[in-house]
Amino acid sequence: MTGVLRNPIALAFLAIALLILVGSTFSIVPETRQGVIVRFGEPQRILNRYRPNETFGQSGAGLAARIPLVEQVIWIDKRILSIDMENQQVLSTDQLRLQVDAYARYRIVDPLQMYRAAQTEDRVSDALRPILGSALRNELGRRPFAALLSPERGQMMDNIQNALNRVAVQYGAQIVDVRIKRADLPDGTPLESAYQRMRTAREQEARSIQAQGLKQAQIIRAEADAEAAATYAGAFNQDPAFYDFYRAMQSYEASFSAGGTAENPRGRTNVILSPDNQYLRQFRGQR
Amino acid sequence: MRRIFGWVLSDNRGGGPWGGGSGGGGDDNGAGGGGGPRNPWGGQSGGPGPRRRKPGGGADITSLDDFLKKSRDRFGGRFPPSDGRPYWLYGLIAFVVLWLVFTSFHRISPQERGVVTVFGEYSATLQPGIGLSWPAPIGRVQKVDIENIRTTTIPDTTGTENLILTGDQNVIDLAYSVRWNIKEPAAYLFQIAEPEGTIREVAESAMRAAVARVSLDDAIGAGRSQIEQNVEQIMQQILDDYGAGVRIQGVAINQSVPPGAVNEAFLQVSAAQQQAQSYMNDARAYALQITAKAQGDAAAFEKVYAEYRVAPEVTRRRMYYETMERILSRVDTTIVEAPGVTPYLALPEVARRQGQVQAAPEPQPQQGGQGR
Repeated sequence: MTGVLRNPIALAFLAIALLILVGSTFSIVPETRQGVIVRFGEPQRILNRYRPNETFGQSGAGLAARIPLVEQVIWIDKRILSIDMENQQVLSTDQLRLQVDAYARYRIVDPLQMYRAAQTEDRVSDALRPILGSALRNELGRRPFAALLSPERGQMMDNIQNALNRVAVQYGAQIVDVRIKRADLPDGTPLESAYQRMRTAREQEARSIQAQGLKQAQIIRAEADAEAAATYAGAFNQDPAFYDFYRAMQSYEASFSAGGTAENPRGRTNVILSPDNQYLRQFRGQR
Repeated sequence: MRRIFGWVLSDNRGGGPWGGGSGGGGDDNGAGGGGGPRNPWGGQSGGPGPRRRKPGGGADITSLDDFLKKSRDRFGGRFPPSDGRPYWLYGLIAFVVLWLVFTSFHRISPQERGVVTVFGEYSATLQPGIGLSWPAPIGRVQKVDIENIRTTTIPDTTGTENLILTGDQNVIDLAYSVRWNIKEPAAYLFQIAEPEGTIREVAESAMRAAVARVSLDDAIGAGRSQIEQNVEQIMQQILDDYGAGVRIQGVAINQSVPPGAVNEAFLQVSAAQQQAQSYMNDARAYALQITAKAQGDAAAFEKVYAEYRVAPEVTRRRMYYETMERILSRVDTTIVEAPGVTPYLALPEVARRQGQVQAAPEPQPQQGGQGR
């Protein structure tokens, strides 16, 4: 015995054997996982099972013991997992096509059921993915296109979630949330016609803006004209008779004395005056 | 030279780890190895054979032991093997001490928190400073940076169009980023399988839900800050429902433009706006001009009228004569003396003048009429 203790190699073997024994008896159960203990393929008990609203530190995580070699631990993720759906083309009741991309979040709440039905998380995702697609098509296919963009979309999502949950229970999973990630018009004609509609709407807006501008401009001009008229009236109305004379003088001067310029000779004006003309009154020596 | 040869030989053949020791090599080993145990270079012949073990021990173990000792000796071994404390024990103790120190004490930076798990079970969150935990593998500390604000940008590559349907069934191209940090380190680590991917998907979903509630004009223009706030709220709510332990610091719309295919039509609108502005500017210029002229004319009239009122008759006559003077001095004036006399028009003169006028672009109808 002492020989064994003194022999480092034997000691090392002993230590390794002990470690293997401890390692296969005790397992560290982290907060992120739950486990199913299986004895020869027969599930025995569940470690760290998910309970709603548990706080970390008081869950079932920690050290767990099992019979080495006889019992085995199957680890199952305890966290929220995701199902990503392929792009789905959905036809609404008003015959509009939509390219929809959705995701669902789920959690394994019954590891035993999940182990029996699917063994691994990936297979749960694979099983739920087509169900999500068909639930989405069913639900969206019963509504007009506009409903997808409206606040009642929340109700729609709840319906899809319920439909998906009915299947998920069979896999020991619970759907936490279903959401539409993208909802696009498919490339090609639908998108192009939407673009066309946007273009014409913009052209309409452009014309209306121009017309409004013209209208505003006209109003501004008219108001200015009115203001000018008011100014004139205010001044000239003090003495209409004098205004008549004053303005006539200006007008004669502008009309008759248009001698023209060198570039634009407008000819000359011939004025034939009668001797009775007021201007010639003094010329004739009359008083 | 022979010694070196002997040592090398003994190392290889006598006590090599490859277990090449044979009966024939025993002599060689005795000669070379005997000088070896202390220091092969020292050259002095050591005491008895280096082996502590009885020759009856397992050949493998013996030769390995021998090799270990030799190696130690070669590197100037300090611990004599004879006192019952094998040298590896010291190494093991040192290793264990270092292990304890390094895995029990944790330096947590000011922006970090340490999430402590004991046998996988969450036990505490370490605050900044030096934190203590059970040594590994019992205790484990995961450091999480909670101050660092991370940014998730959508779409993740610039230059691709991220088309989103608006409430009025139009399409816009939207690029935005979400800033977030970790609120509860334990929840962040334990609750969600792919936190970053989840945040990205939640952001996309929330943004589409928010944009679907507003019109195109709002999404491009005035409603942007409203959308940002909505998305922030929706995201925070969804992530809290998941228990993600994440706080959304803010959502920023980096770009919100019509898709490239319809951009031209949108430019037309802004061109139309410019044009409408220019129409109005023209009108305002005209308005200023016309009102200013009216005011000027009115002011001039009033000045004259003020004078006129002082001496109406004289002023009136003066203005009349002055105006007539200016006019008649510049026009050809003919005075017909008596009524009934047909005035003689100097035709050559008129013709001459007409010749002049023909060079001009427009004939004067006045003169033409008089010429006949």
